[in-house]
Amino acid sequence: MKELSLHILDVVQNSIAAGSTFISIGIIEDLKANLFSIEITDNGCGMDKDYAEQIKDPFITGRKSRKVGLGIPLLYAACKRCEGDLEIESKKGKGTRITAWLKHSHIDRAPLGNMADTIKILIVCNPEVDFLYNHKKNGKKFDFDTREIKRILGDVSINEIEVLSWIEEQVREGLKSLNGGADSL
Amino acid sequence: MKTIQELEEIRKRTLETINLRKDQTGTRVVIGMATCGIAAGARPVLLAIMDEIKKHNLSDVIVAQTGCIGLCVYEPIVEVYKPGQEKVTYVKVNPSKAIRIVNEHIMKDKVVQEYTIGTETK
Repeated sequence: MKELSLHILDVVQNSIAAGSTFISIGIIEDLKANLFSIEITDNGCGMDKDYAEQIKDPFITGRKSRKVGLGIPLLYAACKRCEGDLEIESKKGKGTRITAWLKHSHIDRAPLGNMADTIKILIVCNPEVDFLYNHKKNGKKFDFDTREIKRILGDVSINEIEVLSWIEEQVREGLKSLNGGADSL
Repeated sequence: MKTIQELEEIRKRTLETINLRKDQTGTRVVIGMATCGIAAGARPVLLAIMDEIKKHNLSDVIVAQTGCIGLCVYEPIVEVYKPGQEKVTYVKVNPSKAIRIVNEHIMKDKVVQEYTIGTETK
């Protein structure tokens, strides 16, 4: 994948397929520790321990249509390529947490890319799921929570086009302020 | 910066129109959002479709996602379901093809034959 935000869009699909109602995406960019970490936590159906340990293998998959699944293996490969790693914690019936980390300055680390687009698409395709996105960088913080937005909207659906445009701008501007006015790298 | 007040205003504006379209049966546009679709460029395609819907104010079009349908080599795949008509599957879609699909098929009922799976696999 050309952007980490595409990996996030992809891995979150697993959470959605697991029937999650709440998915949290946490990104920490720690330039001092030279670390880029992504944590995705959901309240979906979870997996037992043995299975969770195996899913980095592309030939282990929960899908029924075919014997190959590449979502997690591709992110795992991206982490490994950048002196990082990927960890999966899961409890059956409780949910799953995927933590991926990469060396921030690594030449092979893909840029974060367009998180605003990723968030917008997650919402438009899954309006009933709640998403929390927080992003920390150099002591600054950006938080985005669909539960808050839904509370303000009341009867109006979150996937109204105008609302989505507002959300996209909100995320884009929020991330820009973390980067001192520049787009995410 | 976007403010909460703006969101409140959107809410008020939208509430007035929401009841008008509650019982309309509209077009459904479904896009493959599995690993294969995303890697092939489904995200910009879906965004292009949404931008066109917004531009032409098409209130009765629903956008949804699906998983991998086993035709990864033809991704990004877009399926258009119009009420009372057969499903049309478009393959290897990019943002400019997506714009044509919205303008011709969704808005004017003219299927863009050259992008359909039937044409592509011939």
